[in-house]
Amino acid sequence: MGFITEHPVLVVSLVKIAVLLFIVMTALAYLTWFERKVVARIQSRWGPYYVGAHGLLQPLADGLKFLFKEDLTPPAADRFVYLLAPFIALSLALTAIALIPFGPPGIRVLGQPVFVVSNIDIGLLFVFAITSMGVYGVALAGWSSNSKYPLLGSLRSSAQMISYEVSLTLSVVGVLLLAGSLDFNQIISGQSGYYWHFLPRWHVWLQIVGFLCYITAAIAETNRIPFDLPEAETELVAGFHTEYSSFKFAMFFMAEYANMITVSCLATILFFGGWLSPFPDSWHWQLYLPAAGLLALAAYCAWDTVTEMRGIARLQFAVVTMLALVGGLICLLPQVQVVIIGPFWFVTKVLAFLFFYVWIRGTLPRFRYDQLMSFGWKLLLPVSLANLVITALLIVVRHG
Amino acid sequence: MTIPLLLFFICAILAVVGAVSLILAREPIHSALSLILVMIALAVLYLLLGAEFIAAVQIIVYAGAVMVLFVFVIMLLNAGAEERTNWSRIALWVGVPLGFFLLLECAHWLYGSPAGAAIGTGSAAATPGISTAALSEQLFTNYLFPFEATSILILIAILGAMVLARRDE
Repeated sequence: MGFITEHPVLVVSLVKIAVLLFIVMTALAYLTWFERKVVARIQSRWGPYYVGAHGLLQPLADGLKFLFKEDLTPPAADRFVYLLAPFIALSLALTAIALIPFGPPGIRVLGQPVFVVSNIDIGLLFVFAITSMGVYGVALAGWSSNSKYPLLGSLRSSAQMISYEVSLTLSVVGVLLLAGSLDFNQIISGQSGYYWHFLPRWHVWLQIVGFLCYITAAIAETNRIPFDLPEAETELVAGFHTEYSSFKFAMFFMAEYANMITVSCLATILFFGGWLSPFPDSWHWQLYLPAAGLLALAAYCAWDTVTEMRGIARLQFAVVTMLALVGGLICLLPQVQVVIIGPFWFVTKVLAFLFFYVWIRGTLPRFRYDQLMSFGWKLLLPVSLANLVITALLIVVRHG
Repeated sequence: MTIPLLLFFICAILAVVGAVSLILAREPIHSALSLILVMIALAVLYLLLGAEFIAAVQIIVYAGAVMVLFVFVIMLLNAGAEERTNWSRIALWVGVPLGFFLLLECAHWLYGSPAGAAIGTGSAAATPGISTAALSEQLFTNYLFPFEATSILILIAILGAMVLARRDE
């Protein structure tokens, strides 16, 4: 006990890191399930269905499969860099999440805010600093494999990430001008209040151009369809990670999904008011929304368990039902309601973005390489620059 | 030993190890990686001094942009391992002692100078109140001319690079 009270920052931070890592790893695993389910629905298929009820144990099976695959290293590879690249990719992707605040800073344990691992003045700048190094994972993986497709893939991808990073950074400067701060908490609390008493004062309304630039550049930065040229299967086998197998491949895979979560969190914070509720504070019933959502999920699961599921799947789904029910009942407690409402809105908005990502993947074809480059440099960059200049001008005109 | 002190020693050692391996590595890409290590270690040292903005800019500009171009060029040219010449005797018998002498001289000068004394008493640590806003205010008021002059210089360099690259057409 004495150690905990003497070093509250250290102890609380370590606990937060452990909990966040567990949550993010689980979320990564189930994001793959979510993506496969949604894409399957878009293409009129079932998606994962056989491993566990509704394929819910599929991520676990995939993880085990990765562990049991043979771990190959090409004989001509630069062994050290070849090993280093997946570690760089994954650790950078996970580090960026440590700076994201998932809830209001007022909720504290031992004097430390609960919902963010590390809150610093210039959080946004640090997230960009970390993501700007993400290109090393891709570049080094392709180079060290010493093989033609990975090298071509990583050259393409480096060029793409460098090009779109410029637009990505410029597109959020408009928000910074409106917020006047690089601190995530201040950016979010600056978006509280309402236009005409009902429309939340989110930056997305004034910065709609900036938001469109941001989301386009963000999809390109995370190498997702329609900008997934680094791993264009039809031309480059699998791009920069062609030679990787087993758990090293899984690390690249996890890094890509972690990056998706990071850019979705950033979009939520910068443009959609972070953990702030979209409804006015006077609507007290919104405190019951998390509980209502979980209870509705429990009801659906219960119905599904009884009518659809057979055998072992029925047992598994009964467990899911119980978890949702217990979670819903806990969320009904008034003490829990106040704490959970911030993270609830944050997670809901991030989930909406992740759905948007998957939706885009299920809908759009891939760009050609020259289209990608001319789009990035000749359209996206001038538009985000113009947005920045116009925003700055309007702010000067309004405030003198 | 406090945690910041421990972090300082870890990062200082990493920076020195990175710098030495930058010179000794034979593969250009290993040298580039060592340089990135040095820059990140320096960024953490800046953080320990309370200069958060400088630390972030150090990573964004040097580790995130300049070194990415280095790595990119090394990859494009597919530069192989350096060829080793045999160590010349002069380098071994004169260069290495001279290097140590230079280090000693720097240490001696720092030890005697007011800057070194300030570091020793801890009064040279960055004022914790220096925020990004205060820094940018200084940049756009007191140091406006050098700031704008540097910007124009960089613009000229960019245009010059483009002109040189298009020379053949």
